[in-house]
Amino acid sequence: MTTYNVAQPASTTLAVVTLSGQIDRDAMEPLTAAYEQATTDNPKTILLDFGDVDYINSTGIALIVGVLGRARAEGRTVQACGLTSHYTHIFEITRLADFISIYPDVDSAVAGATTPEETQL
Amino acid sequence: MEHVSIGEAVDKKVTTDPTTSQNEAPTAKASGDRPTLRRWRRRPAGSPSTEPEPAVTETVPPFDIAPNDPLLAYLQTASGVVDLTHLTLTSPAVTALREAGVVLVVPLVASGELVGMLQLGSRLSERDYSKDDRELLESLARHAAPALRLGQLVRDQEVEARDRERIEQELRVAQLIQQQFLPKQLPDLPTWDISAFYRPARTVGGDFYDFITLPDGRVMVVTGDVTDKGVPAALVMASTHALLRESGPRLRSPSAVLAKVNEMLCEDIPAHMFVTCLVIVLDPPTGKMEFANAGHNLPYVSGEDGTMRELRATGMPLGLMPDVIYEEAAATIAPGERVLLYSDGLTEQHDSTGEMFGFGRTADVAANAPAGDDLTDACIEALSAFTGPDIEQEDDITLVALRRTTGAAHAAEAPTKEPKVDKQSVSFSLPSEPGNERQALTQLEPLLTASWLNTDQRERLNTAVAEATMNAIEHGNHNQPELLVDIKASVETDAVTVMVTDRGAAAHVGQTHPDLDLKLAGLQTPRGWGLFLIENMVDEVDETSDDGHHTVRLAMRRTPSDTNEGGA
Repeated sequence: MTTYNVAQPASTTLAVVTLSGQIDRDAMEPLTAAYEQATTDNPKTILLDFGDVDYINSTGIALIVGVLGRARAEGRTVQACGLTSHYTHIFEITRLADFISIYPDVDSAVAGATTPEETQL
Repeated sequence: MEHVSIGEAVDKKVTTDPTTSQNEAPTAKASGDRPTLRRWRRRPAGSPSTEPEPAVTETVPPFDIAPNDPLLAYLQTASGVVDLTHLTLTSPAVTALREAGVVLVVPLVASGELVGMLQLGSRLSERDYSKDDRELLESLARHAAPALRLGQLVRDQEVEARDRERIEQELRVAQLIQQQFLPKQLPDLPTWDISAFYRPARTVGGDFYDFITLPDGRVMVVTGDVTDKGVPAALVMASTHALLRESGPRLRSPSAVLAKVNEMLCEDIPAHMFVTCLVIVLDPPTGKMEFANAGHNLPYVSGEDGTMRELRATGMPLGLMPDVIYEEAAATIAPGERVLLYSDGLTEQHDSTGEMFGFGRTADVAANAPAGDDLTDACIEALSAFTGPDIEQEDDITLVALRRTTGAAHAAEAPTKEPKVDKQSVSFSLPSEPGNERQALTQLEPLLTASWLNTDQRERLNTAVAEATMNAIEHGNHNQPELLVDIKASVETDAVTVMVTDRGAAAHVGQTHPDLDLKLAGLQTPRGWGLFLIENMVDEVDETSDDGHHTVRLAMRRTPSDTNEGGA
C-alpha cells in the first residue's frame, strides 16, 4: 500500500510529497492524487520524500517517470530525498538522477544550498 | 372450428428435456461427439397456465436413450414431424416411446445438432394430427430449438465455470496448507551439506519433509507422502506433521515415533487414505543414523567411489491399521557419502511413451552424480532429460540430500581454514497473481539474510528476483493464478543463485532498451524497466527454456573484495 502526505514549507515555492509504503502498481492512484494536491498552489518544485518507502519496482519507476514527465511539461522541477543507497543506485542507472536532484533529507532539499548528495557505490 | 386449438396441442404434448446426465464428466471436447441425449425427462403434460386434463397428465419416469440408438441419427437428419406409428426403425428408444403412448416426435435441431425433441401422444379428440397441426409443430420446433440450445450452452458454461472456480480455489487452499508446513530453513549442521527440493504437482499431492532438532542435539529428518491429493491430503499432511513434531523430541527413537504417530492417525484418518513416512535420526558429528520406515521409498547411500546401498527397514504405511511395530535399523554415513531421500513423484513420473523414471535411474543419479554436485539438482536434471519437454508433472516431487563433508579425505582435498561447505537452499511455488513478487522476497528473506551477501548485494538480488518474478507472473504465466511460479534459491560458498521458473514456452524478451530521454519525450512507454533492472542488479543472468518451462537464473558472485566492502 502507498500512502502520501503533501506539505508546503513556509516561504518556499516547493511542495513536499512524503510517500510511504511501496511504489509499485498499486501506487498509481495515490501518486497521481499526491501530485495533483501538491500542484494546487503551483509550486516551482516538487520534492518527493522516499524516507518511508521500503520497496520500489519497475512499475514504480515507470510511475516516477510519468510524474517527472508531467512536471517538466508544466515547467516544474522534481527533487527526491530519503532514498536508500540501493534506490539511489537505481535512480542513477535509470538516469532518473540526471533529471531529479537527490538530497539526503527534506531539510537539505528545502535549504537548497546543499549540493545534491554524491552517492558512490 | 376445425382447427385444433393450440391449447389442445399443448395439452397433448409431452415435452422432453435432454438433460445431460449430472454424473457425466464434462470432459467431451467437441460438442459434436458429446452424448447429449442420454436422458430424456418427460414432464407431465400441460403447463400451469392451462387447464390440466387429468386424462393426459400422466407422469412417465425419465428414461435413457443410448447415444448409439438409431433414432438419434434418424432425428438428426429428419425434416419435420416424425410419425412413430409408421416408422420402421429397429430402435429400443422407439419401442419405449411407443409404449409410453407417444405418437409424434418433432426433432429440435439447432446448428446441425440434435438438442432435444418434442413428443406428442394422440390427440385429445382422438382424431389424427392434421397438416396444420404438423406445420404448427414444425414452426414451434424451429423456434424452440435455437433457444433450447442457447439455454443448454449457458448452463454448460455456468457448470464449467463453477467447477473451474472450485478446483482453483481448492488448489490454492491445498497449496497454502502444504507450504505452511514445509521448513522455512534448512538446519545448519557443521559437517553436513543439506539440500531439499520440493515442487508440487498442479493438482498438489501430500508430500512433506521436515527437520526436527532433538534435545540431545541429534536431528530427526522426515520425509512423507500422503495418498490422495488436494485439500484432504494437505489436511492429513498437516496432522501428520504436527504429530511428528510432538512425538519426535519426546520419543527420539524413529520406530517409537512411527508407532505413536500411527496410533494417533488411525483414529481419525479417512478410510481410503494413508501416509508413507521415513524417519531418520542423525547424529551429525559421528554420521550415525537410526531409521525406521513406514512404507516410504528406501533412501540411497552412495559413496564417492560409486558404491551404493539402501537404508533398508520395513513397516506398514501410517494410518492403515493400529498396533503396528516398526523395525528400527542403524547405519553410519562415512565422510564423503551422500544420502538421497525421494518421493514417488520422482520415480513414478512417466515420459511421453509411458515409461516410468523408476528406481534404476534414481539409483544411477545417486551413484554417479559428480561429488561436487547437489544431488537434488542432479535428480531434477536427469528427470527433465528423461521426460523431455511438455510433460506435466504427475505428483509432488520431494527430494532431500544429505552429504557428510568432513573427515580425512575431505580435509586433504580442501585444506582451507574454512572446511565447512556452506550450502543451503530453499524452493517454493507461488500462484501467478500480481503482487506475489513481494511474497517471493518474504520467503527468500531468511535464507538470504543468513547468507554471506552484504546488504547492498542482497538488495540488488531482491530487486532482480522481484522483477523476474513479476515477468514470470505477467508474461510467462499471463496472470493465471493456477499456473505456478517456482522459485529455487541456493547459497554456496562462491555464489548465491535464484532460479525463477514459469510455465511459458519461451523467453519473454522483446523489451526495447529503456531510454529516459525518449520516455520523457513521449516516444517510448514509461514502462519497460524490468529486464534492464535485472541485468543491472545481478552479476549473472541467463534464461533457459525447455520442458514447457521458462527459467531465469540470477546469480550474485562472491569476490574477495566482498568481505572488505561490507554493507557500506
